[in-house]
Amino acid sequence: MRLTSGAFATCCVVIEVIGVAIFIRGFFPAPVRSSARPEHGVETPAPEPLAGASSNWTMLPSPLFNKVVIVLIDALRDDFVFGSKGVKYMPYTTYLVEKGASHCFVAEAKPPTVTMPRIKALMTGSLPGFVDVIRNLNSPVLLEDNVIRQAKAAGKRMIFYGDETWLKLFPKHFVEYDGTTSFFVSDYIEVDNNVTRHLDKVLKRGDWDVLILHYLGLDHIGHISGPNSPLIGHKLSEMDNILMKIHTSLLSKERETLSPSLLVVCGDHGMSETGSHGASSTEEVSTPLILISSAFERKPGDIRHPKHVQQTDLAATLAIGLGLPIPKDSVGSLLFPVIEGKSMREQLRILHLNTLQLSKLLQENVLSYEKDPGFEQFKMAERLHGNWVKLHLEENHSDILLGLGTKVLRQYLGALKTLSLSLSTQVAHYDIYSMAVGTVMVLEVLTLFLLSTPHVLCRKAELDVPLLSPVFSLLFYLIFLVLSAIHVLVCTSSESSCYLCSLPWLAAGGVMVLVSALLCAILSALIRMVIDGTLLKKRASHPSSGWSEVDLLLLLGTVGHVLSLGASSFVEEEHQTWYFLVNTLCLALSQETCRSYFVGDDCEPQHCFHMEKGCVDIRGCNLQDSTNYNTPEPGRTGKGVSLSEAQGSCKWWTVLASPWLVLICCRLLRSLNQTGVQGAHRPDLSHWLTSSDHKVQLSGLAALSLIMIFILVQKGCSPVSKAALAMGLLGVFCYRAATGIVLFPWQLDSKVISKGIIEARFVYVFVLGILFTGIKDLLKAQVIATDFKTKTIGLWEIHSGLVLLAALILRPHNLPVLAFSLLIQTIMTKFIWKPLRHDATEITVMHYWFGQAFFYFQGNSNNIATIDISAGFVGLDTYMEVPATLLTVFGTYVGPVLWASHLVHFLSSEASNGSALSRACFCYALIGSVPVATYIVLVTSLRYHLFIWSVFSPKLLYEGMHLLVTAALCAVFTATDHTRHTRT
Amino acid sequence: MKDTDIKRLLYSNLLCVFSVFLSVFVPSLFLDDFSILETHLAWLCMCSASVTGVNLLLHLVVKANVSSRRSSLSHKVTRVLKCCIYFLLSCFFLHIIFVLYGAPLIELVLETFLFAVILSAFTTVPCLCLLGPNLKAWLRVFSRNGVTSIWENSLQITTISSFIGAWLGAFPIPLDWERPWQVWPISCTLGATFGYVAGLVSSPLWIYWNRKQLTYKSN
Ligand SMILES: [Zn+2]
Ligand SMILES: [Zn+2]
Repeated sequence: MRLTSGAFATCCVVIEVIGVAIFIRGFFPAPVRSSARPEHGVETPAPEPLAGASSNWTMLPSPLFNKVVIVLIDALRDDFVFGSKGVKYMPYTTYLVEKGASHCFVAEAKPPTVTMPRIKALMTGSLPGFVDVIRNLNSPVLLEDNVIRQAKAAGKRMIFYGDETWLKLFPKHFVEYDGTTSFFVSDYIEVDNNVTRHLDKVLKRGDWDVLILHYLGLDHIGHISGPNSPLIGHKLSEMDNILMKIHTSLLSKERETLSPSLLVVCGDHGMSETGSHGASSTEEVSTPLILISSAFERKPGDIRHPKHVQQTDLAATLAIGLGLPIPKDSVGSLLFPVIEGKSMREQLRILHLNTLQLSKLLQENVLSYEKDPGFEQFKMAERLHGNWVKLHLEENHSDILLGLGTKVLRQYLGALKTLSLSLSTQVAHYDIYSMAVGTVMVLEVLTLFLLSTPHVLCRKAELDVPLLSPVFSLLFYLIFLVLSAIHVLVCTSSESSCYLCSLPWLAAGGVMVLVSALLCAILSALIRMVIDGTLLKKRASHPSSGWSEVDLLLLLGTVGHVLSLGASSFVEEEHQTWYFLVNTLCLALSQETCRSYFVGDDCEPQHCFHMEKGCVDIRGCNLQDSTNYNTPEPGRTGKGVSLSEAQGSCKWWTVLASPWLVLICCRLLRSLNQTGVQGAHRPDLSHWLTSSDHKVQLSGLAALSLIMIFILVQKGCSPVSKAALAMGLLGVFCYRAATGIVLFPWQLDSKVISKGIIEARFVYVFVLGILFTGIKDLLKAQVIATDFKTKTIGLWEIHSGLVLLAALILRPHNLPVLAFSLLIQTIMTKFIWKPLRHDATEITVMHYWFGQAFFYFQGNSNNIATIDISAGFVGLDTYMEVPATLLTVFGTYVGPVLWASHLVHFLSSEASNGSALSRACFCYALIGSVPVATYIVLVTSLRYHLFIWSVFSPKLLYEGMHLLVTAALCAVFTATDHTRHTRT
Repeated sequence: MKDTDIKRLLYSNLLCVFSVFLSVFVPSLFLDDFSILETHLAWLCMCSASVTGVNLLLHLVVKANVSSRRSSLSHKVTRVLKCCIYFLLSCFFLHIIFVLYGAPLIELVLETFLFAVILSAFTTVPCLCLLGPNLKAWLRVFSRNGVTSIWENSLQITTISSFIGAWLGAFPIPLDWERPWQVWPISCTLGATFGYVAGLVSSPLWIYWNRKQLTYKSN
């Protein structure tokens, strides 16, 4: 099967998109969620089951504790309390653990063992999933049902001191708070003193129901000097004193009020032997959980090993302890010892509530829930419970009743354990199988790309894809069989749910077909390379020295950017990388212009040689085929001209000055939007412009930019679309004026602010009109073999239609970005690419770099929060999902899309170059898919990194989206290229 | 090209390296709280002054006989003046490039300018010493196959390595290690210095190893 390199690249990118989608689905497992959102109001709790009748006990059981104090010590590992360190440094706590009225557990934290997800797990009882990452990065507020929200709804007064993460998660929930930032890791004294200084006052006052203290010092010590440092001992003693203070104060308060209170001591995660955390080693996931209350029985002094429980169990326990409904998404089971002292009826009632909540969650998340052993146990226990209540109401205490009650109790506890387990296995782990399949697909595509690179760039832009040859089809069937066998094996053996296994068999089979077909294609490409290699060796190869500085920079910059993605800071500050690379590119171009002007004679042979070669190949391919490559393009033989020829069209100084002009434009744009993490708070022009005092300046700038856009775009359009463009740009200004963001110079009195629906739709009409004209021209160029000009005009019209759409969607303060992008495109085309005669590959890479830089110039970053959602509402009066999503994606990726459409137009307008577009498409696909493939591997290896949720996961989503956009652009490239092929 | 030439080049380059080390260690004898990171600006001044001084000294001692053959006093004076102007121009030019690369426009302007000065001391001063205020010659040296002696070759290597060092020095700035040397422009100046020193050390070695392949147009 023969394919042009463009079509080949498009197919590959599409397959890669599928691979990335499978990977992302495996990386972010679907969360276990209750469909009933907490916004839907208070539900009445389920009544007590009663056989044959309905019970009159429909209220929640009364709270077990009057006051609850939660002391969360960050990075408190279990052996710090239960081990030898605890005995040595925490005498009071050890006494309480061994002899006091307390219950101790080792609570297991699920990875990522990082503070924020752990706080969520403690308070919601749920585990984070894909949806949470998206929703919670947008706004850090915890949207799920949780104990704090329930307590606030029940009118409890809560006080919080400690890590400010809590205040971000639960804003306005605390009546009194003092947050400390965990930013300065080197400080381990002040962070804790900030918490302790309030303690005396608050404990004396006693006008609160829940007190939460989050101590960060221990974690910071761990990060500085590890778990064996002497500082740990001091800190533990300090914590012990604080616990003693709180406990004695609670006891004295209890004597006054005669109602028990609860002191919870816990850690959010442990600490590895090097002092860090985030991964899933035993030291990192084991945290102590101590519940202390006078309501518990004193222990006779037996020192047993504490029981292992899940960290998620605390939420349900706290809810019951405070007399609140259990959070809906909680997968934890109640810590039974806490309610042991209650009457049998109350115990059963509480267990029933917990089991009912879990089984409801199971019903909503698992299709075949009825077959789940936990669910069966629950139904059985509920029936028995009903009978028990009936008996209990009929006759009073007896031994039979007690015996039966114990049996029901055991049934409930078994059901709880099974349900909790089957729910938490739904989300607990990364879906490694799907991730592996996705990674394999992506890497196979990348290998295929790299293997065919020398072929495409140095010789013909056509490829043989030997999918149908019989040898390989046999191999193909073999691989397919093996893979299917593995698939069946994995899906039947593993207990946790995989995404791929939950797919229908046909879809999973399709994935397997793709994987094995790609493998066969790689093998055949390899064989072809080996054959070619032996052929090559026979001929004398030219010394290939034709690497100009720009080529070297383009290659090294691309590789360097890909490698930089492994560091979280470089991901956060990726814009700096691109600005830096683009600046360096401009300097390199300036050097090239200087050299070809001043010492043109000196390097002309080299330059000419370089041009004819026309190949920037990773392997530095040999030149033996350059004649072969040049034969179909006689127009290119006379390329050995330096600037002297180009001087006819443009003055030499404009050529020399143009890289500097581009540099200045980039510097101006850079100060327009500060982005990233370190620089996001710095003052920038866009904040100045969008403040209400500077409306006039903003209007002026927007108008100026629109005029500039018109001047720059109109030159390549037909008269009709020129007029449409002018009207459209006027409409953009009217739209922004109608929404009240910019001012009309002649309508200052009318203060009516509308949504600007009519104006926006007016612009949409022109956008569609221009796009339609462009496509019509393209088709005309294809069907009737008219002159070459029609096609160029058509492509430019499509470009200008996209520009108009971008002008409508971008915020007014970002209109200069659009104008400057057009300006830079014009400058580069006129004074650099045309006179210096760069080849298609170089121009493609440059377009890609500029597209990336403009992605960040417009204020985007690798954080989900910077996506401008308002772009999806332009001209729509209600939320419509499909257009809103499309518009938002376009609004976010304006930079890459516009530069790509300019690339198509530019390469098509170079009449002499037959296969340039196909080559460019290949190159664009390659350069877009290398970062994604590398990043997927990086993310897999970094999945227990501290910043996996905050930095790497959003970037993964951005990369996936970018690849989708790239695939769409490649399809357009190929379609445009196709029209050319039918013509010639 | 003789081995003695290479030896002379090596010694003069080592002298330049020595001047850089001198600027690090000598001031701490006289000044109490001198360190590269804390009193960075002072070090920048010291370093550029000492490097410039040593370069001028080398120029006067080693190559004086070549240049002073056919020139009057007035010619010399205009030449020196021209050199000064070129040096200043190169400082401003580099400053502008740093700002274009994203250095803050108003804050830290002195730091940025001193960075430009030290980079000029590493690059422009040797050029001026060796080639004089002659732009044509500069362009010739920095274009491909344009060098005509081992001195020019060494100049090319040190200049390019200084620039690359400064360029690479910008990379640690966004990292969140919170180290004192990650502040603009310290990492860049350090990078430029390392690049300069590396260029000085490596260029005689490189020339020595490639002495068979190297053929210069003039000799
Ligand atoms: Zn923590
Ligand atoms: Zn930590």
